Amino acid sequence: MSDTLISANAALAGNPIAVSRRRKRSLANSKWPVLILFLPPALLLFTVLVILPMGEAAWYSFYNWNGYGSPTQWVGWRNYQLIFRNSAFTQALINNGLIVLASLCVQVPLALWLATMISSRIKGALFFRLIFFLPYVLADVAAGMIWRFVYDGDFGLVAGISQMLGVEAPFWLADRDLAMYAILGVVVWKYFGFHMMLFIAGLQAIDKSVLEAADIDGATGFQKFRLVTLPLLGSTVRLSVFFAVVGSLQLFDMIMPLTGGGPSNSTQTMVTFLYNFGVTRMQVGFGSAVGVVLFVICVTLAFSYKRVFMRND
Amino acid sequence: MSNRYHRMRLISATAVALAGGLFTAGAAAADSVIRWMHVEQVPGNVAVWNQIARDYEAKHPGVKVELQFLENQAFKAKLPTLLQSNDAPSIFYTWGGGVLKAQSETGTLRPINAAIDANGGEWRKSINASAVDGLTFDGKVWASPVRTGLVSFYYNKELFKKAGVDAAKIATWDDFLGAVKALKQAGVTPIAGGGRDKWPLHFYWSYLSMREAGQKGFADAKAGKNDGFAGKPFVKAGERMAELGKLEPFQNGYLGATWNDALATFGDGRAALILSFENTPSTQASNSTSRKGLPDDNIGRFPFPVVSGGAGVTTDSFGGLNGWAVTKNAPPETEDFLRYMASADVQKLLARDTQIMPVAKGASEAISKPLLKEVAEALGKETWHQNFLDQDLGPNVGAIVNDISVEVVSGGMKPAAAAQQIEDAYSLERK
Repeated sequence: MSDTLISANAALAGNPIAVSRRRKRSLANSKWPVLILFLPPALLLFTVLVILPMGEAAWYSFYNWNGYGSPTQWVGWRNYQLIFRNSAFTQALINNGLIVLASLCVQVPLALWLATMISSRIKGALFFRLIFFLPYVLADVAAGMIWRFVYDGDFGLVAGISQMLGVEAPFWLADRDLAMYAILGVVVWKYFGFHMMLFIAGLQAIDKSVLEAADIDGATGFQKFRLVTLPLLGSTVRLSVFFAVVGSLQLFDMIMPLTGGGPSNSTQTMVTFLYNFGVTRMQVGFGSAVGVVLFVICVTLAFSYKRVFMRND
Repeated sequence: MSNRYHRMRLISATAVALAGGLFTAGAAAADSVIRWMHVEQVPGNVAVWNQIARDYEAKHPGVKVELQFLENQAFKAKLPTLLQSNDAPSIFYTWGGGVLKAQSETGTLRPINAAIDANGGEWRKSINASAVDGLTFDGKVWASPVRTGLVSFYYNKELFKKAGVDAAKIATWDDFLGAVKALKQAGVTPIAGGGRDKWPLHFYWSYLSMREAGQKGFADAKAGKNDGFAGKPFVKAGERMAELGKLEPFQNGYLGATWNDALATFGDGRAALILSFENTPSTQASNSTSRKGLPDDNIGRFPFPVVSGGAGVTTDSFGGLNGWAVTKNAPPETEDFLRYMASADVQKLLARDTQIMPVAKGASEAISKPLLKEVAEALGKETWHQNFLDQDLGPNVGAIVNDISVEVVSGGMKPAAAAQQIEDAYSLERK
């Protein structure tokens, strides 16, 4: 915000015809009162609530500390070594990757397909938009609890269906090899509506005359989609993927009611790992180190993605 | 906080007095406030505590007792910061063990030795010695014991009959495995397990290692002797647990089941056994699908079996031990209130109305239910009381014990590797 103010002032001040010298000086001076008035509250809040805790976490990450008293036992890089030796953390990294992969291969194409179908003014489009968007409105914890019931092999929906088919009910959430895929299903179910909405907004921003021109040129439906719609939707797709990546790194409150990271840590994500191994075990030092690693991964991903894929958006 | 509170009281009392044209603020400002923080969720039990607090207030004018509730997980997460702030409660619930020890080392707690040993140790003598010992570190008593507990096997008499198993004949681990096999053959799910919460399965590893190592062996392991927790008895305990796991004794999907799910499985009669707390007869009912569960006369109890060649005995018991810890700045009347809470009369009341296992000598006679009476008698004869390992060994090592228990019983980890993992973590705590 202050940047735009300064550049606006600079732009005004830099116009030699419209602005007299006296005016120029007063404008140049006038940016200071604004800065002094508006910057400190935001800067203070940001420092106290973001910068300081981050610095503290980085500092704690070099201690073996259980949260009582003040940290005294300096352990150097040991917490970081423990993280990368911990198989649960490796699993968490893989799972985060799986979530991104599921988003890319299932969620985004599904959302795009549905969006192209219901962005046009067909009958009932509004109704379906609402239906598909509903899961996204639901709180993550609530969605997790609902799906815990759905997957339950004793009383859940899965149990009911298995009973109808006369087979033994599976317990997907209790199965080391399948639990993560069960969770991926919930993730796709929960978030495809959000991505669909992004695509609908993107589709509506496409100039109709371009599509009409393609019609006149005799393009088929698929050709129109591949050669006109998709390239024009590029920035939305890149944004959608960006949200999927960030969402995967943050995934926590849906996993906790579903599996809590188990069985055998097969469904940990980086944040549930932090919670299960840092917070509940009162390993504040180790937890802080996980936080730092997570932070570095997030920042690196966010910046490099923006640099590489979104530089023109 | 108490200072701030006093000041607030003084100011408001003065304001009231001024408004009324009177100057009689003194009496109100003299109140001492004992702030009592607990994690009890059962409304009936809180009501009993409230009554105890009101009775105490009536007998001791000038003292007020305020109950404050925090949810269990929130309480554990908040306590480290709370203890170091001015808002620290006067007394709070503790599970003893490594957590209480860590708290005691920060200087935020006040040991109750002076009070408990006053009048020739009157208070101390009125309490079971093992309970006081369990909350003592470095010769100082860090909390006033309030309740104890015992983990044992509860079984469904009907299902046992169906499989032709006699619970009275289960004395050794091999007998137990035999019973599990017989139950399976009869088409009965032998055991209800809560693998998602992990700690319900740590009962098995804990008991087995207690039976293998015995009290001395366990103390030696803690001290790092004989390879510590990587030593033979602990590897053997894991092997026996893996042996049980191979029989697939638990209900389908037990790795995704919470403790409440396990209780429901037992209460619904879908499994024949559960290794559980003393309050199982009531919790199996409240968690069951019908909310009624098994009737008391269909539930039997037997102690965890012994192992051949092990140093442990049947009367070595494993179970909780809870107390009230006092913080540094608590008002001086706090200890007297705790003494009142630990008195035989109040303990009898608690045993009768909240169904706890009391720690005051003679208080267990107030227990009327046969299954609870049986537990009280077993506790009266105990030769060693081992607190839950996830408390005793501290939250970090405790969590590892929970983790490995699930892994070993489900075949995800070798017993020797599991024992080594505990030793690796505990070696850091020995310092």
